[in-house]
Amino acid sequence: MTTAIASQSLTLTHDLPLDCGQSLAAARIAFETYGELNADKSNAVLVCHALTGDQYVASNHPITGKPGWWERMVGPGRPIDTGRFHVICANVIGSCMGSTGPSSIAPDGERYALRFPVITVRDMARAQIALIDALGIERLHTVVGGSMGGMQVLSLAANFPERAARVLAIATTARHSAQNIAFHEVGRQAIMADPNWRGGSYYGHAAPDAGLAVARMAAHITYLSEAGLTEKFGRRLQDRAEKSFGFDADFQVESYLRYQGSGFTQRFDANSYLYITRAMDYFDLAEEVSSGGEGSGKLADAFAGHAMGKGARFFLISFDSDWLYPTAESRHVVHALNAVGAPVSFVELSAPHGHDSFLLDVPALDRVVRGFLR
Amino acid sequence: MSGLRADLAVIARLIEPGSRVLDVGCGEGQLLAELEAQRDVDARGLELDPELVERGVSRGLSVVQGDANCDLGDYPDKAFDYAILSQTLQTAQRPDLMLDELLRVGRKAFVSFPNFAHWRTRAALLLGGRMPVTRALPLSWYETQNIHHVTVRDFCDLIAAKGVGTEGVWYFSGGHEIGATGANWRAEFALFKLSR
Repeated sequence: MTTAIASQSLTLTHDLPLDCGQSLAAARIAFETYGELNADKSNAVLVCHALTGDQYVASNHPITGKPGWWERMVGPGRPIDTGRFHVICANVIGSCMGSTGPSSIAPDGERYALRFPVITVRDMARAQIALIDALGIERLHTVVGGSMGGMQVLSLAANFPERAARVLAIATTARHSAQNIAFHEVGRQAIMADPNWRGGSYYGHAAPDAGLAVARMAAHITYLSEAGLTEKFGRRLQDRAEKSFGFDADFQVESYLRYQGSGFTQRFDANSYLYITRAMDYFDLAEEVSSGGEGSGKLADAFAGHAMGKGARFFLISFDSDWLYPTAESRHVVHALNAVGAPVSFVELSAPHGHDSFLLDVPALDRVVRGFLR
Repeated sequence: MSGLRADLAVIARLIEPGSRVLDVGCGEGQLLAELEAQRDVDARGLELDPELVERGVSRGLSVVQGDANCDLGDYPDKAFDYAILSQTLQTAQRPDLMLDELLRVGRKAFVSFPNFAHWRTRAALLLGGRMPVTRALPLSWYETQNIHHVTVRDFCDLIAAKGVGTEGVWYFSGGHEIGATGANWRAEFALFKLSR
């Protein structure tokens, strides 16, 4: 993994308080912006990225050279129109694209590695708020994100109800399920089982790329649908007419996953993967507002700041082929928002690509996002 | 109000500015758009068909995709000044229970439905001996979503049995409002304003 230079970055002058009880001193937040901020600062749209995403939402990735991860949604004339909106996208804390994370240098001059505090999705939202504070933006026109981006969106809306006028959460959930946690644990174990991991202190040595690649491969399966995999690969063989009767990548789907896994290690830090998956596993918006033990909070209470039309307009979108964060999870949020009387829209869109549908060609998604931001 | 169906036009006329409204089975949101644009109303919709929800949201409306048969339970008591059920009652699994839910989430309700006792319907059944296919009920028995046909008199009996109060009734034929005389014969559609 190479460390990227962010085109813009903010170093916080105050300590960033964290849910774990510690705080981050001089945290750095790397971000990109697109489009002009208007005079009264009312056209800012904050885009929150997913687990392995970054701030390069609509510009080329500095390491891979690939186009921005949401260029079909963000840009001139796109549903999130940079001709109209000032779009901000920041690398989450804990990540590795310029914001402070486990691969960053700690105040003592050494890399944090596992000394980096365990962060939560709410901590990520706190960092997003610190950024828009620094940019002088009082109220966002819209905060939007898919997957873990959607979790940040919900957390920001729940904890900072006055900071966004529109809240758009796509293919996401208000809490990580046992199945979600289970898949993440497979990924973390793959990383930690790699001898190169060295208890997290691998900086300056060979990175645990084999483990990180396996983690990515396992996770990648959860972002797709069975129908999508069947359509794309079926049981077709990779560059060969016959099965090899060995353990080469005989099947196209194997070759594809290996490619995804090894490509990922070029741009991502294994410790960041541990920390961010942990943050997602800890995410339970209802639990945050509970006074007692696990699961005793009511999700509606998390949105109390939006009661009876005083807060933001919400829009939740799910996809029928997404089995990672299925429609029922979005409905759960809609139910809670209805219970407090918040204005909420919801639609389950039909798309064949599974969880990744929010990143892919789904014209209906473009239409509803454009409509909601009007 | 131009372009709104006659029963929706009456509803739009009667809803006071500043009201909170839930349109159950809102379609692509014609009434919601009218209310939001003209009357400073907080209007929400519930709609089963995702394509219609998509069109509503694309117009900037607040629409939740959901099934009125079960998802009205998501809304708190008296969350709305008005709950509206336009030409959807006859498609409900249990119209009587849906009526209860409507008057639970709304302080008042508007309910409109096609009148199965309209003379054309009666004639089609009496003389033709077949399930009526008329201007008001254009689909054949095997493709219609109307599973609980109802007449004006049936509906009056139901709300009386439930102790629901009627604050107003409007009747329509040929897309226009008509008088109440002989309404159970003459009205293609009826609209009730209800409270409990």
